[in-house]
Amino acid sequence: MEAPYAIEMLHITKRFPGIIANDDITLQLKKGEIHALLGENGAGKSTLMSVLFGLYQAEEGVIKKDGKEVQIRNPNDANDLGIGMVHQHFKLVECFSVLDNIILGIEPTKNGFLQKKEAREKVMALSEKYGLAVNPDALIEDITVGMQQRTEILKMLYRDNEILIFDEPTAVLTPQEIEELMQIMRNLAAEGKSILFISHKLAEIMAVADRCSVLRKGKYIGTVETKNTTMEQLSAMMVGRNVNFHVEKKPQHLGEVILDVDNISVASKVHKKDAVKNVSFKVRAGEIVCIAGIDGNGQTELVYGLSGLEPLKSGHITLKGQDITNASIRKRSTSGMSHIPEDRHKHGLVLDYPLEYNLILQRYFEPEFTDKAGFLKRGPIRSYADRLIEQYDVRSGQGAVTPARSMSGGNQQKAIIAREIDKDPDLLIAVQPTRGLDVGAIEYIHKQLVAQRDAGKAVLLVSLELDEVMDVPDRILVMYEGEIVGELDPKTTTQEELGLYMAGAKRNEVKA
Amino acid sequence: MKKFLKNDAVQSLIASLLCILMGLLIGYIVLLFINSAGAGNAILDVLKNFMKTSNPERRVRLLGATLVRTAPLLMCGLSVLFAYKVGLFNIGTAGQYVAGVCASLYAALAWGWGWLPCMLFAIVSGAVLGAIVGFLKAYRNVNEVISGIMLNWIALYTSNMILTLQKQEASHYTLKLKENAPQAILPSLGLDKLFNYDKVSIAIPLAILLAVAVYIVLNRTKFGYELRATGNNKNAAKYAGMAEKRNIILTLIISGGLAGIGGAMLYLTDIEQWSVTATSVPGMGFNGIAATFLGGLNPIGTIFSSFFIQHITDGGPNVDTNLYCAQISDLITAIIIYLCGFVLFLKTAMNRAIDRSAERKAQKEKALAAEKGGEK
Repeated sequence: MEAPYAIEMLHITKRFPGIIANDDITLQLKKGEIHALLGENGAGKSTLMSVLFGLYQAEEGVIKKDGKEVQIRNPNDANDLGIGMVHQHFKLVECFSVLDNIILGIEPTKNGFLQKKEAREKVMALSEKYGLAVNPDALIEDITVGMQQRTEILKMLYRDNEILIFDEPTAVLTPQEIEELMQIMRNLAAEGKSILFISHKLAEIMAVADRCSVLRKGKYIGTVETKNTTMEQLSAMMVGRNVNFHVEKKPQHLGEVILDVDNISVASKVHKKDAVKNVSFKVRAGEIVCIAGIDGNGQTELVYGLSGLEPLKSGHITLKGQDITNASIRKRSTSGMSHIPEDRHKHGLVLDYPLEYNLILQRYFEPEFTDKAGFLKRGPIRSYADRLIEQYDVRSGQGAVTPARSMSGGNQQKAIIAREIDKDPDLLIAVQPTRGLDVGAIEYIHKQLVAQRDAGKAVLLVSLELDEVMDVPDRILVMYEGEIVGELDPKTTTQEELGLYMAGAKRNEVKA
Repeated sequence: MKKFLKNDAVQSLIASLLCILMGLLIGYIVLLFINSAGAGNAILDVLKNFMKTSNPERRVRLLGATLVRTAPLLMCGLSVLFAYKVGLFNIGTAGQYVAGVCASLYAALAWGWGWLPCMLFAIVSGAVLGAIVGFLKAYRNVNEVISGIMLNWIALYTSNMILTLQKQEASHYTLKLKENAPQAILPSLGLDKLFNYDKVSIAIPLAILLAVAVYIVLNRTKFGYELRATGNNKNAAKYAGMAEKRNIILTLIISGGLAGIGGAMLYLTDIEQWSVTATSVPGMGFNGIAATFLGGLNPIGTIFSSFFIQHITDGGPNVDTNLYCAQISDLITAIIIYLCGFVLFLKTAMNRAIDRSAERKAQKEKALAAEKGGEK
């Protein structure tokens, strides 16, 4: 009799110094099913997949393929077993064509020369069979994210993979592209492929998966049939309690214009096109304005332009009536701009510095921390750090002297938020401030942002999370391909309408 | 114990000692291949340096000679270290050192300057060379290694050209300071009597003071805070509004100045004269790289590592040339110095081993606990 499971991971335990990333986790993937793996960031999904791919070796537990125990020591072993994965961030060569990317690594050759003709035939046949429309000769850099993803899927199919893993595949897609992807996944499953779908989006899991396994804080919580469960039930399994995502806000008291962005453009680092095109908007004291949009539509570059990390190509920026278009980063900071950066490891922290040095990163030059001769005042630095740690509840192993590197992501983010808010800014720019954090930390950060608004500060929030976009701000500006295509009121709009704007299917004139 | 081993300073020290041991071992193996009879003695001779002689007066004198050359090596080490903390690899230290030699000697011999102005002039010359590398890096993003190496050669031949004007008639060496410019010889403050060697001067305590100063600047000042932040995370430094370009240039100016003063510290003792036909950049600057790494990238550690490297360099000629060819001493010291560069690698390896053993222990404890739980 044939074994019912394509892949089984039984009682997998993987430890890292200090934490148990996977604690006795069992995952059984049936042949021809779509199986969702649900969990918050940090629940252990990535570690489990890395074990399946041979990137990590589990200390305990076994992996079985078709009922037989197998050893997966490295990604090549996984590939030989027919396991393929579409990563959240695509692994494609930008300046190669779709076809070249698909055959990369297993190019058919004859006497050392490429034989692309048969490869092309095989790719086109697969493309037809599964409804994966791609143009094989287009360069990756020219095609949409959706087509890039289809290229990744074809890559797996071209290698005759039977077990397909999708790691957060919808994070970069528009709602319409997500619907297409779901259909593709159903087609693949119908053709006998087994699919593992990693996500933390409940609606998508309910829509496409047959079964769902839930992880929480490294532990296996359970597996349920999606047709016998509800979103509320899944949510409770995922976070361990019922979560109130709603953010409490006081009535709004709008003040003067703090940030006035007038027709700015910012060049792109990767493309010839401008990343930000003629964008104008205002942020007033006492409001939270959210820039929404799908990742990569110019939000990052917009913030770089505002904070001074990248020069503007054209346009003007005014902060509290003062022209800061050409001002240095330091000048902007001391003029009342605070910036919680998108990437806390790249920009936000000096990881090898102790926490206390990171907490003064924007203020170390002030007389409070540096004496006239240029020596750091170690006493005041320590007491300032201790105050912030206390006030903002930043937890770490050794307090002020803990190396930032050894702190958890949530506490690193709290440290940055403490630093930026304690500067008492007029304008707070927060870029994806809750990315990768657990529910508790997210609630905390939202409260801090709202507290700034209530205290009469201007807050500019850039977010990719729909829940955050709907709940936190007073106004939503949607960015699409470098332009602001719409202004929405979170109280009256719906996620569907927001999705249409984010996908560029709808636009309205923005009143500045 | 584990905490002790996790301590950065302790790790650096262990790693440095391991590197030295490995260097000695490989050197020993090479000697065994050439002539197995004298290998052990040869290695010991290198290590002994001044301890080889039984005459106590001569011992002190030889120790003094090693110290005279340790001072410039320490300055070159500090020069490399200072730039390295900002994430720059200043291989131009060698050329900046040569610029310092040239400036101090020319000012002493041609213009009759005293030792202090000569020394300051050496600093300025090294700093100017460093500034060129800094400007190119900051404003044109020219790799500092490439521009540094090319400037090394420019510095060498320019110095040869300039110092030809001050060379002895009968040889290719520059004039001796003792007869021609005694005012430029570094004062000894009685150290010459202590070591019974007239070349021992204030350069040695001055070098140590500068090492301490570098430590203080890097770890206690606003400037050092900025520099180390830039070295650790360039993007965060930019985000925090630090003047990245200015800091790169200033760093290389200081780094060049440190190398430049190193040149003055050696040649203003009159211990040797510059050969104006030199066709290779002196090894002092390059040995500075080894000294920095062997010293665990710490200014204070570099004091000791510089001494050690100079110690074995001076011990090299002790090798019995009846058994081995004359070049063997340089080869053995070169092998040891080369291995000195492995300190960082060993530190990483050590950390990994410690983590792994901690993991294994935790696992064992868990297994034990599980067993106990089972018994109940």
